[in-house]
Amino acid sequence: MTNSNGTLSTAEKVNKSLQKRYRAEKRFRAYGISAIAFGLLCLVVLFTDIISKGHSAFFQTYVKLDITFDPTEMGVDDPTDANQLATADYDSLIRNALKEQFPEASGRRDRRALYAVVSNGAAFTLREQLKENPQLLNQTVPMWMLADDDIDTYVKHRDDAQGDTFAGRISEKQMGWVDTLIDNNQVESRFNTTFFTSGDSREPEQAGILGALVGSLLTLVVTILLSFPIGVAAAVYLEEYAPQNKFTDFIEVNINNLAAVPSIIFGLLGLAIFIGFFEMQRSLPLVGGLVLTLMTLPTIIISSRAAIKAVPPSVRDAALGLGASKMQMVLHHVLPLAMPGMLTGAIIGFAQALGETAPLLMIGMVAFVVDIPGAITDPATALPVQIFLWSDSPERAFVERTSAAIMVLLAFLISMNTLAIWLRRRLERRW
Amino acid sequence: MKKLISTITMLAATSAIGMQAHAQSRDYINIVGSSTVYPFSTVVAERFGKSTQFKTPKVEATGSGGGIKLFCQGIGVQFPDITNASRAIKSSEVDMCKENGVKGIVEVLIGYDGIVIGNSANAKQLDLSRKDLFLALAKEVPDPKGGETLIENPYKMWSEVNPSLPKRKIEVLGPPPTSGTRDAFVELVMEEGCKEIDWIANIEKQSKAESDATKSKQLKNKFKGICHTVREDGAFVEAGENDNLIVQKLNANPNALGIFGFSFLDQNIDQIQGSAIDGQAPTFESIADGAYPVSRPLYFYVKKAHVGMIPGIREYLAEFTSKKTAGEEGYLTDKGMIPLSEDKLDAVREKVESLTTL
Repeated sequence: MTNSNGTLSTAEKVNKSLQKRYRAEKRFRAYGISAIAFGLLCLVVLFTDIISKGHSAFFQTYVKLDITFDPTEMGVDDPTDANQLATADYDSLIRNALKEQFPEASGRRDRRALYAVVSNGAAFTLREQLKENPQLLNQTVPMWMLADDDIDTYVKHRDDAQGDTFAGRISEKQMGWVDTLIDNNQVESRFNTTFFTSGDSREPEQAGILGALVGSLLTLVVTILLSFPIGVAAAVYLEEYAPQNKFTDFIEVNINNLAAVPSIIFGLLGLAIFIGFFEMQRSLPLVGGLVLTLMTLPTIIISSRAAIKAVPPSVRDAALGLGASKMQMVLHHVLPLAMPGMLTGAIIGFAQALGETAPLLMIGMVAFVVDIPGAITDPATALPVQIFLWSDSPERAFVERTSAAIMVLLAFLISMNTLAIWLRRRLERRW
Repeated sequence: MKKLISTITMLAATSAIGMQAHAQSRDYINIVGSSTVYPFSTVVAERFGKSTQFKTPKVEATGSGGGIKLFCQGIGVQFPDITNASRAIKSSEVDMCKENGVKGIVEVLIGYDGIVIGNSANAKQLDLSRKDLFLALAKEVPDPKGGETLIENPYKMWSEVNPSLPKRKIEVLGPPPTSGTRDAFVELVMEEGCKEIDWIANIEKQSKAESDATKSKQLKNKFKGICHTVREDGAFVEAGENDNLIVQKLNANPNALGIFGFSFLDQNIDQIQGSAIDGQAPTFESIADGAYPVSRPLYFYVKKAHVGMIPGIREYLAEFTSKKTAGEEGYLTDKGMIPLSEDKLDAVREKVESLTTL
């Protein structure tokens, strides 16, 4: 077995260490698998937590009451007069309907508790109804109305609190009334369209995500329109035209540094320049977009430069050799080939901008905005800001809405990333 | 590609023009200020937007001090019209306003807020005194052996602070120093508890009696240093500005106490309970009549020069000071605000109607 020197031959050495190397190989693979498993586990825990908390926010409890549109009670004699409709007292109609159904609530305190069953936003629904159908005046019609958030929480969790009593912000009397309403089939759980069609509200049952979604979209549009062309132009110049000297090196170092600067610094910069110096107003998507442009520019420039660098020099040489000018070479050959890479980098930058709250805090986009913004010069919030604001609200029903808003943000991000992958696949060219 | 570039330039140009045009006017009220007043201010803003033809005011929570700073920057559409505050404006702040041309400021008192020291509803309700809280939470406390010396806070258990309290670890979750709730807690609980120790209270008396300004200031700083410094050895945990988080943590840890605004107790009454302070439990009634010792006034301040310039300010003020809003049965009480008495509210309304400035 051993040779004349008494040492092992190479083949023997290899054979001897083979088992050890196989084991090491297996361990190495196991490390990788466990890293992925850990990541997946975290993801599963996060998603189950968010979804289990948030899924109930997509449903909203409605209560059916027989509403009599009593002209004297409301103070309306002409239902086509917009002024009268605006000032009419709809609350008393709802109160009368509740009183009629539950005459046993007589004391002041009981009455207040009874009125609290229906959301105070129901009055505005009645106004809209009457505006559309003026013939409703003087009639009694069954109407489905938003339930108050506490009642909504009770109806949603009534069944899981079996055995021990449900402990929410709802009195025993209110529970009794709601149970009666449920037995009479006057309570219904519907898909929560309000959540997707209205702006923020301090009443959880009337709060919606649309305002924040539109705000995010407007901010993002400003960011895309400014940062992509500027970023690409800078990258093209630096890669194709700029001479290699100390000055361009200096610029390059600065761009790389800026990419690592914490986002709050860009917020402070935006506050000083756009609001302080240019005297723009606070909370505008325009200012938000400008700040996020500053933040994403370095990312876009770096990724665009990498994409341009990856275009083989032979393509450039061929274009120039056939008599194309440098501009034609860049616009007709280099940019189309580099586009998938640039888009991927840009979309990653935009996705990052979409999830940003810190710089928006400085320029006042962390605010209570009810009206849905219609232009980049209307005050607005953004999705992550809305999540932050709701998580800080005392009302219990905002907990589920916070999780639901996170789901909306995730869906937004996933669709953006899907778009990035699709664009890359579509535009990608092989050579 | 050329077309694309020219479209982008055009878009950028139009947006810049739009911005210029917009800088001249604003058709919604801009409100900044205290995060304690924010929940009340936003409810009024929302109702106001829904029930009138005016746009819904925009409310930003910047903290009382931050709000006044923004408010005092000047007159013009880019500056806020109203700032909320969980304390009265200081004279130095009024001076700062004046320097920037903000002269007519209308002060509106809207109600009170209680600060609650609470724990999980599953644990025993505590009956604390402000002195107990000072001794449990100050960085340095008087030597329990006697004498006028301070030692590093030695207390680990509530029972060591006061034998009548349960034998439980001192663990209090509270807001960070940037918060108005923290300021109020330090002033209304720690300082008051601190004053119950005679020789420390004497320092403050001496400071007031001292005629020499620098010496007086030194003594005052010494007094504040003793009374206002919260311990940093882990017994007091800074739990962030998010009061909801404090409530959740209290649920998970029945031994811990938390410091938060009354509206959070009101909304989570099934999960947490408020400790009695000096024998008074934090209830709606005890805060309203002043029996509960830890409460503070809530204000907002209006720029008189903006009334008429920005549409709807007068109407917003009328809505906020109406009986159905801030009265004893008003909708703000549903959100946990402690209302003014009827006479006081009438006085405030009168002041607002005539826009009486500070």
